[in-house]
Parts: sequence; structure tokens; C-alpha cells
Amino acid sequence: MSDLRFCILLLAASPLLAQQHYSAADIENGSRLYRANCFICHGPDGNYVTGVDLGHNKFRRASTDADLIHIILTGIPGTAMPPHKFSEYQAATVVAYLRSMAASAQSTAGSGDPTRGKALFDGKGGCTGCHRILGNGSRLGPDLSEIGSLRRAADLEISILDPNEEILPENRFVRVVTKDGAELTGRLLNEDMLSVQILDAKERLLSFSRSDLREFSFVDRSPMPSYRGKLSSQEVSDLVSYLISLKGVDKP
Amino acid sequence: MTARVLLLVLAAGVLPAQVTFNRILNANQEPQNWLTYSGTVLSQRHSMLTQITPDNVKNLELQWAFQARSLEKFEATPLVVDGIMYTVQAPNDVIALEAATGRVFWTYSYTPSTDARPCCGRVNRGVAVLGDRLYMATIDAHLIALDAKNGRPIWNVQVAKAAAGYAMTHAPLVIKDKVIVGTAGGEYGIRGFIAAYDARTGKELWRFYTIPGPGEPGHETWSGDSWMHGGASVWMTGSYDSDLNLTYWGIGNPGPDWNGDPRPGDNLYSNSVVALDADTGKLKWYFQFSPHDEFDYDSVQVPVLVDMTFQGRPRKVMLWANRNGYFYVLDRTSGQFLLGKPFVKVTWATGLDERGRPMRAPKMVPNAEGTLIFPGNQGGTNWYSPSYSPHTGLFYIPSWVNYSSTYFKLKPEFSEGQRYGGGMPKSTIGGMGGGRRTLNTKEEEGYGAVRALDPQSGDLKWEFKMVDVTDAGILTTASDVLFSGGREGYFFALDARNGTLLWKARVGGPVASGPMSYSINGQQYVAVSAGNSLFSFALRQ
Repeated sequence: MSDLRFCILLLAASPLLAQQHYSAADIENGSRLYRANCFICHGPDGNYVTGVDLGHNKFRRASTDADLIHIILTGIPGTAMPPHKFSEYQAATVVAYLRSMAASAQSTAGSGDPTRGKALFDGKGGCTGCHRILGNGSRLGPDLSEIGSLRRAADLEISILDPNEEILPENRFVRVVTKDGAELTGRLLNEDMLSVQILDAKERLLSFSRSDLREFSFVDRSPMPSYRGKLSSQEVSDLVSYLISLKGVDKP
Repeated sequence: MTARVLLLVLAAGVLPAQVTFNRILNANQEPQNWLTYSGTVLSQRHSMLTQITPDNVKNLELQWAFQARSLEKFEATPLVVDGIMYTVQAPNDVIALEAATGRVFWTYSYTPSTDARPCCGRVNRGVAVLGDRLYMATIDAHLIALDAKNGRPIWNVQVAKAAAGYAMTHAPLVIKDKVIVGTAGGEYGIRGFIAAYDARTGKELWRFYTIPGPGEPGHETWSGDSWMHGGASVWMTGSYDSDLNLTYWGIGNPGPDWNGDPRPGDNLYSNSVVALDADTGKLKWYFQFSPHDEFDYDSVQVPVLVDMTFQGRPRKVMLWANRNGYFYVLDRTSGQFLLGKPFVKVTWATGLDERGRPMRAPKMVPNAEGTLIFPGNQGGTNWYSPSYSPHTGLFYIPSWVNYSSTYFKLKPEFSEGQRYGGGMPKSTIGGMGGGRRTLNTKEEEGYGAVRALDPQSGDLKWEFKMVDVTDAGILTTASDVLFSGGREGYFFALDARNGTLLWKARVGGPVASGPMSYSINGQQYVAVSAGNSLFSFALRQ
């Protein structure tokens, strides 16, 4: 009996206890099943289906491993999610793989002090001028309330020191000039062939008809300043440790 | 009123006529109806109705909507027969509605086996009609005949084994007294086939394997036992030329999809069009678009049959915009290659030789590190119905422009009924599921468009750009109106002559189906499935 099978037996009694105990072989097997069966709909990184992000523990109808195994085996009626002819063990290896994706997205907290990091974030760093955490700060930049579940420490450090290194598509800023000459910069929320929706610097939700715009362009550089040379390496570590500690609102 | 008058009234309106095959063959002569998936057996998706024009299309308004009890993609094109509409709510519920009001007459609910595992959605694209019966192919690979009056099943036959990865998602094609279907499952290591069934009894009359068996010509294009699970699926409705008595079907990718190592050779008849004798299923000719494919370039597109003067002489041609990024013109009598030209950016091939065979670009293959290739995995186009308008002479293609994928190669392992892919394409744009936002994708990262080509040259005549990509088919009308949509959730009308946007409706969900048109009591309607609902529009009265 593998560890995993033992875990499944435990699941019925105490699902939470059973999580995290996956072997490298289980994860590898699950990865193979995932690549073969799941990725066409869910995508290589698990984020193709709206409202679902398998690689970051974001599910619509499941929270425990037992929930996930059940859904994999029985599907979700009325949706594209079909039942799978896996053994319970195979389904559990897929869950093992999903959990490992999420864990590797989080990684370790680093060597900083999160308390000092929070002070930097709220004070000297001026981060709340653009970012928001659990209801405090600006909505213009990415909300960081659960950034610790979404990004790795190394990625966050890069974003602080070299914000232009990677700008995720959902964080792109655009510049629009209306026909009457008003110029606005904001975060692009949605667009189609006829219209554009943004959140502007005053945190207004604005929708423009493209025919009312004289100019529409992406802002290629990140609006975020680099903190290289502005924060010491210890301060950067503190800040990263704080960000990594942010896991969002606890679900009831 | 005399008895004779009463009888005349009955004959004219009350007793609905049977849908004979002769009516299906001449469907253009009764444009108030829509009798096959693509309108006629020539599959031009072109309506002869002319009440809606470029001048008045701005006055279209919603007449009714039908909300499906399904969260699946709504990919079906409805049929309309003498005022009654038939469509399919995913996965396999057939619904009869009053076409003027959307009121439901009956629902036939079918629960597919839990063995069913279609690769890319539990979807269905519509039914076929013959006589007073409807025919539906199901995701668990059954073919079912229903009574069109009350939705009662008449016969139900298993076409293939769902547990082995076979499925069916397309609308069947009726030819004479036969119902013809093919099997999906190209991601599960199936051996694809096309089969004809007796419309009356459900008895299988002929079968054409899309991968030749031992001793058959073309078998040598596979090695070892790779032919036994080489895919070559069928998942879109074919076409028919009654003069030649040939039926044409597009064939899907070879398996494993993204790793050609287990199957050295051209892998016939994957990614080909086959021309079969409609009575016997015997192969008359084939043309392979993408030999030894490793990019999932299914050639399942609907074959569009046109009689036109081509290169100076009258010809029976077939127009084909392929998932591999090339537009082709073939002679459909012989299969001769007449023209081929990219309609979107292509990097996997450097061109086509004089016989239409692609010249592969060096190093453009999936590998462990990933190779960036245009077009990407969903193709320059895909299963979305194109349209040909005899009035404008143009061919219209739902296109993914500047779209690429990075192809990773993995080791494939065959096990019956399990995925057999051998790789993993990645792209910034979502795939079949379509769920991933393409929101905020820049134009240079790919966009959706309706592209109009001159079939004489393959030259682009005009383009209508969207921001997001599109899974919507195209309908044209004899009055030069073009209807289509896309993932942005617009259903729109363009001027078929120049691509000008004339009208649009916000339908609130992606259009992933082909529009159609019908008329009742002189009123022309245009219907389309989008999101989880079916919408019918007509001019404001």
C-alpha cells in the first residue's frame, strides 16, 4: 500500500489531515495523467477555464482533496467537465499534481521579516499608492491580498527591482485620448472590437466606445517604479517576506 | 365549402410534406427552410432569402430566445422544416420549437453513457432530417433516429465503442436513403471511420476506414501497428455532389497528435479530404493537406462545393481554408490541386509544391524545449463553417490571424480509451475550451477576423477584425448580408461586398456556432446559438 492509498483512507475521516502527503512518484504519475487528460480544456497551467485556476488551488466547487477526487471521477453534469475512468488512486495522483503546482507557485518565504516588510509597504515604499491589500490602498495596480498564493518569492523580488521584466496581460495599462482631447491612463479591464473598459487613476470604472477615442495604445512600460537602489537588500527581503505571507481572505 | 376545397387546403398547409431526399437535394428552391447542417448538400452556408438587405439590416430585432439547460458550448446549427425548428441542447437533447416564437413542442432527452469522453466539450452540432424522422449522432457514439412529430426514438444503434475513446459530435449527412456519420476520438488513439446507415432500419450499409488496413493502398504510410490507433477522426459534416454521386469528408489529425515518432510516413488519410462513392463508400480520390502532421491540424473543415469558371474554364471545384493556414482550390471530380496559398501567417511550411504538398520548414517540429509555430494549435481556422456567396463570388473564412503556439513534445503511451497526444501546445490564446481570457491580448499576439478571399487567386479582398478570436461560423445571403460573431459576444452583420459593419447585437456569450436563416409567412429570420442560448432575429415590423 502506497502512502497515497493510506491518505485516501484517511480522507474520509479527516480530509485536511490527508493533504500534503504526496510522494514525488505520485506527483509524477499525476502530471502524466494531467498532461494526457486535462490540459486541452484546463490548459498547461490549469487556468484556461474561467473561474478555475488549478495551479493555484482555485476551484469553483471543491476545496478538499476528496472533493477534487470526486469531481475528477464523476464529472460535473451540465458542464464540459466529464467523468473519468480513473481508479481512485489515479485521481488522487492528479490531485497530488495540482497541489504540487500550487505549492511550487508559493515557495518559501525568504529571509526577511514580514512585520518590517508591512511597515515598508504601508510607509516608506509608498506601495499603497497603487496596490491594495485586504481593502486598504489603491485599486489601480494589482490587488496583492493573495499574492503569496499566486507568485513565488523570486518573481516578487524581480517585480520589485525590475517591474518591466514581466507585465502580466491582465495588468497592462493603456492610454486613451478621447475625441474632445481628454487624456487618460488606466488599467485595461476589458475590450472588444467596439469598446474599451478601464479603471482610471481616480479609480473610476470607465467604458469608451472606440469611435469616441482618438487614440488607444498600450503603455509598454510598467507604471511601477524600480526599487533598485531605493531599498536595501534587507528591505527588499522584508518586503518579499510580507508579500509571501499574504494568502487572501480565509474561506468560511 | 366543398370537400375538394378542403382537400386542397389540407394539401397546401395542414398536412406537412415529407422531407424527401429530392427536397434536400434542391434545398435552395425552398429557402424558407434550412434542411441540412450547412443549408444544402453543397455546404455553402448561403441563404437565398433576400428580405434582409444591407440597407435594412439595421432594423433587425430579437424575436425570441431559447435558453438551454446546459452550461456546455452551444455549437448546434438548427434545422427548420415548414415552420418547425429542430436543435440540440448539449450534450444530446433534441428539441423541437415553433420557429416563429421559440415555443417548445417537445424535448427528447438522451443520457449518454458515462463512458463518453469527447476530447473538447460534450457538444453537438445538430441533427439531420429525412422523411418524418430526425437523426442525431451522440457523444457516446450512438446514432439515433427520432420521430420528428413527437421526439420518440425509433432506433438507436452503437456506431463505435465510447469506452475506447470514440465519440460523435457532428450533424449527420443524409444521402438518398442513407444516414452518414464519422467518428471523433483523434486524441484517444482510435481508428477513425465513416459509415452509412439505412435511414429506415439503422442497419450499417457500408464503412470506410480513414486509416487503410493491411493490404489496402495507403497502409504503407503507417509503420508497425501505429495504424490501429492512428486517430484520423471525423467530426464535421461532409458534403455531396449528386452529379458525381460523391460524398466528401474532411479527416482529422493523426495520433498521437504532437509526436510523429511512433508513426513514420504520411499517415493517410489523416488531414485529408476523401471523396467516397455515396452508394458503396468506396474511395474515389483523396487529397492530403498535411502529411505526417505534428501540429493537430485536423482537416475536418466543411467541404464547400462550388461550380464556377476557374482559370478560364467551367469547373466543379471545392474551396477549403484549412486549419494548417493554407487556402486550397481542388477539382472535386478528380481531386486535382488547382490553387494553394496561405490565408494567415504560416511558418511550419515554406510553401506548397506543384501538386499541393507542403514543403516542410527545417526544424519546425515540436521538441522538448518548445518550438514556436504559426498557425498555433487551433489553426488559422478550425471547424467553424466558412461561407461562399455565388452573388459576390467571395469565400469567407472565420480566421485566427497572427496566432501561434509553442509546441512541446512528450512521450506518448497508448492505452485504450486514454488520451494519446504525445505533446503539449502552449499559447497566449485559449484553445477549444475557449474559457481562457484573451482579454488584454495585443493585436500582434493574434486576433480573430472574418476574412474574404477571392477564390480565383486566394487574394485577401477584405478583413473584418475583432479583438478576440472567433469560433463562429459564417452565413451569407443572396442579398449580400454576411452574419457571424466571435468570442466577444457580438452577433453581427457585415456587408458581404466590403466587410462594413452594418448591425450588431450583444448576445452576452461567445458565438460558437454557424448562423442560419429561414422564413415564415414571408418574414425572414436569422438564428444563431451563442453562450448557452439560441436567438432568432427578424426585421422590426
